[in-house]
Amino acid sequence: MADLIRYTAAETAKAISSGEVSAVEVAQAHLDRINAVDEKVHAFLHVDTDGALEAARAVDAKRAAGEELGPLAGVPLALKDVFTTKGIPTTAGSKMLEGWRPPYDATLTRRLKEAGVVILGKTNMDEFAMGSSTENSAYGPTGNPWDLSRIPGGSGGGSAAALAAYEAPLAIGTDTGGSIRQPGAVTGTVGVKPTYGSVSRYGLIAFSSSLDQGGPCARTVLDAALLHEAIAGYDPMDSTSINAPVPAVVAAARQADVKGMRVGVVKEFGGEGYQAGVMQRFHESVELLRSLGAEIVEISCPSFTYALPAYYLIAPSECSSNLARFDAMRYGLRVGDNGERSAEDVTALTREAGFGPEVKRRIMLGTYALSSGYYDAYYGSAQKVRTLITRDFDRAFGDVDVLISPTTPTTAFPIGERADDPMAMYLADLCTIPSNLAGNAAMSVPCGLAPEDNLPVGLQIIAPALADDRLYRVGAAVEAALNEKWGHSLLEEAPAL
Amino acid sequence: MPGITREEVAHLARLSRLELKSEELDHFAEQLNDIVDAVARVSEIAAEDVPPTSHPLPLTNVMRADEVRPSLRPDEVLAAAPAAEEQRFRVPQILGED
Repeated sequence: MADLIRYTAAETAKAISSGEVSAVEVAQAHLDRINAVDEKVHAFLHVDTDGALEAARAVDAKRAAGEELGPLAGVPLALKDVFTTKGIPTTAGSKMLEGWRPPYDATLTRRLKEAGVVILGKTNMDEFAMGSSTENSAYGPTGNPWDLSRIPGGSGGGSAAALAAYEAPLAIGTDTGGSIRQPGAVTGTVGVKPTYGSVSRYGLIAFSSSLDQGGPCARTVLDAALLHEAIAGYDPMDSTSINAPVPAVVAAARQADVKGMRVGVVKEFGGEGYQAGVMQRFHESVELLRSLGAEIVEISCPSFTYALPAYYLIAPSECSSNLARFDAMRYGLRVGDNGERSAEDVTALTREAGFGPEVKRRIMLGTYALSSGYYDAYYGSAQKVRTLITRDFDRAFGDVDVLISPTTPTTAFPIGERADDPMAMYLADLCTIPSNLAGNAAMSVPCGLAPEDNLPVGLQIIAPALADDRLYRVGAAVEAALNEKWGHSLLEEAPAL
Repeated sequence: MPGITREEVAHLARLSRLELKSEELDHFAEQLNDIVDAVARVSEIAAEDVPPTSHPLPLTNVMRADEVRPSLRPDEVLAAAPAAEEQRFRVPQILGED
């Protein structure tokens, strides 16, 4: 039998529906892979062996009964541990939620189950999705399968590493400032932040509600599109859900054609602080798109240089409010309740014990930015920058169909290098943040290895809100052209684990 | 802008319900200063006439019909509570004792 763990999601679904393999065999192959390599990679916080095999058996039973299977039925998936899963531990990478078994499924979890997707387990992440390296997880870091001593990106480093280590063909991430795209870039995988509001946030543990967006992670653009269509769509349980048709992303991924498209190169992303090899692969991607028939224009978005500071005011402000729910009263950790202390003291002792340093930093920064006397200068100004960034995008998309840039300024850095230097860590999200502030759609697709360190580089593609299909057209065209040039996919070059 | 002092971190920690340890106060003061210095740049381009954006979607007051729907059972809700009693969350004292 062929190596099941190397199948794409599309190939896996086809093999199952045609009877070439059973869903149980596919699930077992991935569980075996996890058993073999995850001690080294640490992509998973929890592996749900019984649940995965049960879901796989249900798909096989459906097929045996002659029922029609969906496009992802029986395909294994790694779920970021920030989405609730009924009865299955959900920690958001925090000690605050250690051992918590949610009483309900997130809408995204429910949709995956209804699609027959086999959820293998929950993946590691920076605590409450705050970070760019997965080092802020309370349960230890995840290694980048390209070099286990380096970060897999963050916050969704576990999901990206699971893909690159062939532990799952599909994964789910959440992207508040780049937490899907940046891990995708540094692991040589595909990550998409859909238009804000297109994937339900019900059951997604909130970090920054006006920015958080769940989305697909995969090893190919088509697989990401299949997953995108499975999870997107209106949900009355999320008051910020968009009631609009999901763009035809699968058709766009199959189209994979950029002829006649106008592609804007963001002038502000490059120069000082950008690794030479990253820029080299980016410039090659620009020329590749030109050779494929796209029209390339340079676009200036001057306010983008203020996106990072605006983000690090808005996100902490919203987080300081959202994380107030962890009060040690209704669920999660409670420490110091000795019968003498007040509820307020128990709350403060619990939050001190349950939150890691980055979460504490952001809560206090947000509290500061929202406090009277500082509100206008910080949070108020950041909201105005948000308007200016949205205007820059509107102007750009009046002229071009998509924008492109490197996804990250550098390749994967060594674990520990930026761990206690917050500002250095924040720079990893320099190019990804504007799309979160504006709420539009963006993708990272592999575009080669940086010559100086042989580590993956990501190409970022940005499309207007509700034009997610353009990401897939461009991403699939780049992927197809590069795979043809290399004779294989980029991940084939990753060292064996 | 004024720098963030150790005392100010202690105040922020109280507002944030974080019982910080003494050594954390100095460390966070230094780091928060660096971050605030860097993010204060936003005021450079935040002109008077620019309206603020709080959210990417132009939504206000999304309502649903006010009707009874199925919800979780009390035992499901209380299963994860640190302490429960008589179908209620049991919490530490919230009022000072006389």
